[in-house]
Amino acid sequence: MAATPGLAEAAGRAVAPVRPGPTTWELLTRPDRRRRAVDRAMRVVVTGAFAVAMVPLVSLVWIVVARGAERLSPYFLAVSMRGVHGGMDAGGIHHAIVGTLLVTGAAALVAVPVGVLAAVHLVEYGRGPLARAVTFFVDVMTGIPSIVAGLFAYALFALLLGPGVRMGAVGAVALAVLMIPVVVRSTEEMLRLVPHELREAALALGVPHWRMVVKVVLRTAAGGIVTGVMLAVARVVGETAPLLVTVGVVDSINRDLFEGRMMTLPVFIFRQYSQGLVPCRPDQLDCVPTVNLDRAWAAALVLVVLVLLLNLLARLVARRFAPAAGR
Amino acid sequence: MARRRTALALALVLVATATACGSDDPLTHPWRPGGAGTPVPATRTAPPGDATGALAGAGASSQESAMQAWIAGFQAANPGATVSYDPIGSGGGRTQFLEGAVDLAGTDTPLDADELAAARARCAPGEVVELPLYASPIAVVLRLEGIERLALSPATLAGVFAGTVTRWDAPEIAADNPGVALPDLPITPVHRSDESGTTETFTAYLAGAAPAAWPFAPSGTWPLAGGQSAQGTSGVVQTVADGEGTIGYADASKAGGLGTVALRMGDAAVPASPEAAAALVAASPVVPDRGPTSLVLELDRAAADGYPLVLVSYVLACTAYDDAATTDLVAAFLAYVASEAGQEAAAQAAGVAPLAPGLRARVLDAVARVGERT
Amino acid sequence: MSAVAGRGAAQGVAGGATTTLRRTRRADLGGRAFRGLAVGSGALILAMLAAVAGFLLLEAAPALTASPAELAALSWMPDDGSLWRYVGPLAFGTVLAAVLALGLAVPVSVGIALFISHYAPRRLADVLGSLVDLLAAIPSVVYGLWGALWLAPRLQGPWAWLADHLGFVPLFAGPASTPPRVMATVGVVLAVMVLPIVTAVSREVFLATPRLHEEAALALGATRWEMVRMAVLPFGRSGVVSAAMLGLGRALGETMAVLMILGPGLTYSLALLQVGRHQTIAANVALQFPEANALGVSALIATGLVLFVITLAVNSAARWVVARRAVGGAR
Repeated sequence: MAATPGLAEAAGRAVAPVRPGPTTWELLTRPDRRRRAVDRAMRVVVTGAFAVAMVPLVSLVWIVVARGAERLSPYFLAVSMRGVHGGMDAGGIHHAIVGTLLVTGAAALVAVPVGVLAAVHLVEYGRGPLARAVTFFVDVMTGIPSIVAGLFAYALFALLLGPGVRMGAVGAVALAVLMIPVVVRSTEEMLRLVPHELREAALALGVPHWRMVVKVVLRTAAGGIVTGVMLAVARVVGETAPLLVTVGVVDSINRDLFEGRMMTLPVFIFRQYSQGLVPCRPDQLDCVPTVNLDRAWAAALVLVVLVLLLNLLARLVARRFAPAAGR
Repeated sequence: MARRRTALALALVLVATATACGSDDPLTHPWRPGGAGTPVPATRTAPPGDATGALAGAGASSQESAMQAWIAGFQAANPGATVSYDPIGSGGGRTQFLEGAVDLAGTDTPLDADELAAARARCAPGEVVELPLYASPIAVVLRLEGIERLALSPATLAGVFAGTVTRWDAPEIAADNPGVALPDLPITPVHRSDESGTTETFTAYLAGAAPAAWPFAPSGTWPLAGGQSAQGTSGVVQTVADGEGTIGYADASKAGGLGTVALRMGDAAVPASPEAAAALVAASPVVPDRGPTSLVLELDRAAADGYPLVLVSYVLACTAYDDAATTDLVAAFLAYVASEAGQEAAAQAAGVAPLAPGLRARVLDAVARVGERT
Repeated sequence: MSAVAGRGAAQGVAGGATTTLRRTRRADLGGRAFRGLAVGSGALILAMLAAVAGFLLLEAAPALTASPAELAALSWMPDDGSLWRYVGPLAFGTVLAAVLALGLAVPVSVGIALFISHYAPRRLADVLGSLVDLLAAIPSVVYGLWGALWLAPRLQGPWAWLADHLGFVPLFAGPASTPPRVMATVGVVLAVMVLPIVTAVSREVFLATPRLHEEAALALGATRWEMVRMAVLPFGRSGVVSAAMLGLGRALGETMAVLMILGPGLTYSLALLQVGRHQTIAANVALQFPEANALGVSALIATGLVLFVITLAVNSAARWVVARRAVGGAR
């Protein structure tokens, strides 16, 4: 307390026999000194928080890029793992890229429209019991452990098509279950931020309510919605456990979502990590001890770049629909 | 606007090329660094065949490395066939096999009575095939500066893992290793955190060889609370390698550069090796009354003069499937796995102990029954 | 996002308004169809959740109704076969990990978000904003890989130091385990994982603070921090809470990173630096699932139900906090 100069001065003056009272000038400047100090301190704290947080994040990106680039090559992207085993200095992730794009894409195709529309329902129409129930159950859905979502999708398809169904579409359903609550919650948040004046202005001009929602609310919130969708995609694109249960693993390329197992990037990364170091005998020439971990890092880099590309694409789309850029 | 369209089109083209043109032949692909390599040597692949279709397997992760080698060797000779193996674990493999979800399964523990009955129903009118195709020594690995080989008696080993021997320079360890300078360091035992056949084999061995120092029943889950642990073989190896004064147990083929423990039996200290493991398997009798195609071994760890810590993992299949093409594919695949070329491939890739001649004849006999029309 | 952009949109529809008025009937049809779609989506979510919940209960039922003796046959169950005694430490570990992660991440995230939205120069802010969005999009399996292979070995020194100097605090009770496959490491990795998510959403919310509020505060002579405290933070509070909830959802349910890093154990210990003391529900399901038999799977799904309930409780609490603040607070 006493360390604060302004307060110390004030305390000293209080015990002085004569109290002339602060001058106007003092009144204006004295508290300011303390306030300025707080302001400066907070600036340091905020900047410091930023700097501290950047350390692990930058190191993460750096490590993934540095370790991943070692093995990354056009060859690595173009081939699958068919016929590759042990410490062979060969193999790639084409099958995993195909699988991830197809499964995540299918999941997003289901989850984004459902999620955004449900959020619209909550914000624009939501007063009744259905809205309350949806709010409540979306909260519940965020708590579904990912492996449980996988088990659910597996059980659902086993019920419909018989046991042992392994295909991309099952994984897509599991991922959609995980995506929907994230899309709903972030979209809802963004829609609520759209100023009421905009809605009222549009309605006052005689625009029907639904057109107001489509043309004003959704377009105004487009940037935020896209950010939310990207977060949702990012959440599910790295999901491993549900895909392991529903899509399985395979080392050949499969482009059919509705037939047979598929490899996906996160499962590939996890499998390679789990296989760990390869013990090479000295007489084996075609053997790299760290090949599995190298492949895992390279696949991680590809996954990150893939998400980055998706992100950029989404931004382009958002900017196209966002009102200000249109004219 | 135009730039945006170009970017969009570019992205679409990228995605399209990324998904459309890819090769399922990484070994002889022209872009392979160092030139298109040679495919798997013919001594390790199956004889050229025309098997086609997809064969799905799942189960024990212990067999993963060997399975990958077998799948590679089989697919190299049968370009039309695709075999997959999900290393989801023994329990999952057995469940999926019984449900009919997979055609093949790998399991560290043989089917119990209930499961055998369910498996007979699943395979009807064929027989259940249960083959001990994967036998691999489990090594006790350690990381201790300057020490690559240590000998431990079963009682000392049990003491280390039970937490009664806590320092590397303890008198028990010194007595087993005369002349070795042991560091003054605490011992950090590392165990498997997941339920596993490896843990079951290891605890079964300790309970059998040192019942006084290891008063716990054999179990797939580590019986003691607390302590360092990690998931999977490679997790244990990684954890042991990351620490100092750590000791753990893992499939010998994954031990890599870590120090290993030779088990002291009487005066001899036996290190983990495929040959010593093979000796134990050869000395173990087959459990009777399970049918001619179900070869389950009664491991006799005490009697054999081989390395006692051996994990035997089984491959499950049927002699007949609803679909004749699947039956043919399974027959061809198992014939390759049991053949000399298949065993050689697994030995190269995963340090699998070769099948003893007597057992091999029975395995080949069982495999021959697959696809046999009765 | 800004009011300027919104004004542009309002002008945009103004042109079409007269034509729309003339076609009220068709518009009405469109309105009904659109409303139907929105309501249908909500209903679909309910149906989906009902299916998941029904499936969970159905699958968990055998374990919930099994006798303790049957459950005790599972090798990882406590000897008395009590499902509750099994779930307790798991639930504790799950909450501990999530609290640790959020406790580390949220203050820092708010700091970063404020730095980007109100402190950094605009050009830099744009770049940083995109960077954070990118980081938020990095899949958790990559964070797991980084945490297990790169970060964990490097935390050995700091943890040993903490145990030596602050060992009297129960949280840091020593000895620090080597290698550091401990809860503290998991907490740091989870914090790093949720940091970009919380930041991305918080920043979006802070940027949406009405300009007028900020300018009014500044015009009254407020310093920048006072403006932030009086205008930005009250406006963004509910957004920050829901950002934290998004992060919490990820932290509570994170499977792979925990699985790859933590050396598990089932106790109620607070000692973050000791190995073999904690485990989370999600990681435990993934860990034990492969070898589990039918009853084991059922018991694991029952623990999944508990995770469900925990997340629901936390989410409801957060909703309640936001709602209460909204009524009594700035609005």
